[in-house]
Amino acid sequence: MVTRPAAYARTAADLARARAIAAAVPDPELPMVTVADLGILRDVSAEGGQMVVTITPTYSGCPALREIARDLRRRLRAAGFAEVTVRTVLAPPWSSDWITAEGRRKLREAGVAPPHPAPRNPGFPGPVPLTLTMSREPAACPRCGSGDTTQTAAFGATACKALFRCEACREPFEQVKAI
Amino acid sequence: MTEDEFAAYQSLSEETEDHRWAFGTGFADPLEGIDTSVPHGTDATALAAYCLMLGDDALIYSHRLQQWMTRMPELEEETALANIALDLLGQARMLLSRAGQAEGRGRDEDRLAFFRDEHEFRSVRLAEHTDADFAELAGRLLVFSAWRLALFGRLASSADPVLAAIAAMGARELTYHRDYAAQWVIRLGDGTPLSHGKMQAALGVIWPLVDELFQADPVTAALPGVAADPAGLRAEFDAVLATVLAAATLERPSSAPLARVAGRSGRDGVHTEAFGYLLAELQSIARAHPDATW
Repeated sequence: MVTRPAAYARTAADLARARAIAAAVPDPELPMVTVADLGILRDVSAEGGQMVVTITPTYSGCPALREIARDLRRRLRAAGFAEVTVRTVLAPPWSSDWITAEGRRKLREAGVAPPHPAPRNPGFPGPVPLTLTMSREPAACPRCGSGDTTQTAAFGATACKALFRCEACREPFEQVKAI
Repeated sequence: MTEDEFAAYQSLSEETEDHRWAFGTGFADPLEGIDTSVPHGTDATALAAYCLMLGDDALIYSHRLQQWMTRMPELEEETALANIALDLLGQARMLLSRAGQAEGRGRDEDRLAFFRDEHEFRSVRLAEHTDADFAELAGRLLVFSAWRLALFGRLASSADPVLAAIAAMGARELTYHRDYAAQWVIRLGDGTPLSHGKMQAALGVIWPLVDELFQADPVTAALPGVAADPAGLRAEFDAVLATVLAAATLERPSSAPLARVAGRSGRDGVHTEAFGYLLAELQSIARAHPDATW
């Protein structure tokens, strides 16, 4: 591996290259989308001779964040950025609303329904309204497009997904949870 | 599989300086890269103790949920509880890390989770309760998540920015936990005579542990603007419970609160008999092999 001199990272072209590399890192649990598609990637900047990548966790316990940080470091180092720092920011908390239009398209194509707009509690901090029934809004089936779907569980195989069944084509599918 | 997908999986399995996410695998600090200085004017010792209390609640509760894994009647409930346990474990990791930083004695989340004794844990006694059946699991989760959501809703505007960020993030997770528990309490309470009877009995078992959640403690009192007054959460909690119990056709229990021991309870390190067994299971590997890595 060729390691460029640290000062090299200061050029605008290099920063743009680092941004493109970071943005292309796939999510380990949803590998059809990148960290940029999901809105996990907050910033890429050059500080002195090092590249600083800022990411945000989706859920408190999401184990993918460490793997994403590692993948970011590995790819940037392989591209010649010798010093890479990955920073985590917690505030404001990640929202599924940050998933880009491109990310939603890729999810749908891979059979995962994109999330509804996240519920917002205008009074927060303050009491959060109760939801006493399963999902209020049906998700459109990513396979046949039918809106006649039923949520079967609010929690799926990963923290960020819920389980649905399509009543038209009878296939089960996952939806990224609105949060 | 595309090249990018392959690379994502490859990065999961390759040997590097980083390790997997479990004890003995060299945890990455969950607050890595976050400004963790204690705000000016905040009592750092009290902040450490406060984060320890809230972190212990999540750690101990998460472990109790993990013990239900493989015992759920349906896969959907298994994944739901695993996700809830994982969210709480994530909250515990951040809060224990915050406690260790504010304390400034070099104790990290591992040290705090695995190398403290029973009397040093500051979780409420509700967190350690062993659920005898699914009705107790649902009822206890409703109580715990309704209380913790009310608490995190207030802490989201805490004067400690790290605590505020952890709470704002956790509140969204707890909203899902509370809704899940509430929906099950309603299904069981408003179900068959058998399920109604079991759900009502379960609430009666859990209710003695409720009052402790709202008791004043000296740590909270030492953190004005940072911590939330436990007594101030009661009205919101009662309103949520009243709504759910009415929809579930259940009666609010009247069981007497579990007595304090010489004036002390979970927040003072006084726990029920169940705690020791839980802690032994949680800590035995780490204590037997303190330097283990894999």
